[in-house]
Amino acid sequence: MAKVLMKGNEAIAEAAIQAGCRYFFGYPITPQNEIPAYMAKMLPKVGGCFIQAESEISAINMVYGAAGAGARVMTSSSSPGISLKQEGISYIVGAELPCLIVNIVRGGPGLGGIQPAQSDYFQAVKGGGHGDYHMVVLAPASIQEMVDLVMDGFDIADRYRNPVMVLGDGMLGQMMEPVEFKERDIVLPEKPWATTGNKDGEPRRIINSLFIDAQALEDHVHKLYRKYDEMKKNETRVECYNCENAEIIIVAYGTTARIAKNVIQMAAKEGINLGLIRPITLWPFPDDTIDRWAEADHTKAFLTLEMSMGQMVEDVRLSVNGKKPVYFYGRTGGMVPTPRAVLEEIKKIREVM
Amino acid sequence: MAKVTFNEELCKGCQLCTTVCPKNIVIMDTKRINSKGYHPATVVEMDKCIGCAFCARICPDVVIEVER
Amino acid sequence: MTKVFERPKALTDKPFHYCPGCTHGIIHCLVAEVIDELGIREKTIGVAPVGCAVFAYEYFNCDMHEAAHGRAPAVATGIKRVHPDNVVFTYQGDGDLASIGIAEIVHAANRGEKITTIFVNNAIYGMTGGQMAPTSLLGQVTTTSPYGRNPDTEGHPIRVSEMLATVEGAAFIERVSVHDIKNINKAKRAIKKAFQVQLEGKGFAMVEVLSTCPTNWGMTPVESLKWIEENMIPYYPLGIKKEVD
Repeated sequence: MAKVLMKGNEAIAEAAIQAGCRYFFGYPITPQNEIPAYMAKMLPKVGGCFIQAESEISAINMVYGAAGAGARVMTSSSSPGISLKQEGISYIVGAELPCLIVNIVRGGPGLGGIQPAQSDYFQAVKGGGHGDYHMVVLAPASIQEMVDLVMDGFDIADRYRNPVMVLGDGMLGQMMEPVEFKERDIVLPEKPWATTGNKDGEPRRIINSLFIDAQALEDHVHKLYRKYDEMKKNETRVECYNCENAEIIIVAYGTTARIAKNVIQMAAKEGINLGLIRPITLWPFPDDTIDRWAEADHTKAFLTLEMSMGQMVEDVRLSVNGKKPVYFYGRTGGMVPTPRAVLEEIKKIREVM
Repeated sequence: MAKVTFNEELCKGCQLCTTVCPKNIVIMDTKRINSKGYHPATVVEMDKCIGCAFCARICPDVVIEVER
Repeated sequence: MTKVFERPKALTDKPFHYCPGCTHGIIHCLVAEVIDELGIREKTIGVAPVGCAVFAYEYFNCDMHEAAHGRAPAVATGIKRVHPDNVVFTYQGDGDLASIGIAEIVHAANRGEKITTIFVNNAIYGMTGGQMAPTSLLGQVTTTSPYGRNPDTEGHPIRVSEMLATVEGAAFIERVSVHDIKNINKAKRAIKKAFQVQLEGKGFAMVEVLSTCPTNWGMTPVESLKWIEENMIPYYPLGIKKEVD
């Protein structure tokens, strides 16, 4: 397949269609509007179904219904809309249903802004909905990676019967980059648990997350957590860039990871050796990898770089576990940190190290 | 001839069936209680039953089966 | 002798948990009989609400989904779009449908989703212990309208059937009651019609069923049926509100 220049949001939608997604339920919200618009145009061409629901709440519940009926299904939104979907996501986890949820993050809280941000990290990885649950959260840093992670996301969701979130941001959604849709043989797994009508003699299929008996609910949650242990083992993804004998390692994902790479190149010219650890899965978080680099003598400190007031930094501190100092620099509200400002921060850290 | 049978364990003693029987033969058996502690509905004068199934129709717990 | 009345096949053997005399049980039985008579059990998929009927997925003997409170019409939309040849129904109470889920029901109807909704209106929240519902009558005392529902502060009861009848996508809407034998039989006919409208692909169908809540109304089951007749029906007139041919 040849490379084609594509806007992030549209690339997400095309990737989903190529991954066999045939059902999309969404709602307008900037900066992800191109996703539903693309789906509205393209899904009917492949016999798919697009609905603009009356709200994000309704959309996620349509996803819950379609997923329970056995479909490969998706929704997308941006921060405030994702907040509205949290209850639905918790139900989808509780009922063990696969689906893909895309969040093109924008500045918050409240109505916030429409520029890129990463201030939904806690909501995504700590669970914005109620109850003990997790979902694999994939954080692309390019349009190509967005495409690949969307396609992988559907497979991960089916593998564990659990929702998967792709966490982008306004910049990744709105910018254009060349992208290639690699040939994949799409294998839609059997879903004997899905509701297709109960033939006589067969057991009924029930899509449900209600366990009124407390012990039954605890057993159910333990079952979910055995799945999460499997996800931690098999699905953790991280990129380590230039970390060998780096004195300070930046930890950043998505857009800010790209900025970090610029900083690393700028610093190298000034003889400062920096590295980058880029979590690709925000959950499962690559704590082992960070711990390993924290053990290395050459690592003097970590700097977590986020477009927020500092959320992932808490998980970085947990991973480093006091072995080395962990600093934070970030902009929020839709402001994007500049490489120069980050380098200044690095220099300040080097003075106190 | 018609016959009604009561799955007494399902009865909650709500008495709705006793209000619709055209022959007024559906009564609550106040001499017994079921495992839930309710007086079950019953019919003593089965010969008067016409099998209209009104009692079964209004029963909220599908206690009553009717044959004719 | 032949059986003239027995437990429908579309009900499981699970005894109902409903309070004594609660007419949810009658309505469950009517829906199940209609499913049996139309021979559609094997292709029916139901959506249970949150409320007294939250365990409906244990009572209806077909594939079922348990929806979040108020969201059954959206869940049903998702199912029906994936399986257009299946029969999809939602079973919802007045808190579920007329309060938190009113947007979902209006838009499902407006999209003309080919689903059937059984809307049980008992003018109160039952499962949670007797709170005021959007359908609670003026002056009705509940735990959250202890001085009687006051229109100045709690607004008027919502006539959902009439409201949805104005929505183009709605193909059949009827309000019925189960307070006596005659009306129970009429309710069954309406429910059957509502499922047939789905089978004929005409659009959205809903039957609003006036129902009782002896426990939270503070009445005996027999008095509750009378309360429907004397208080609910005058405000919620029975009959067909919308029917497209």
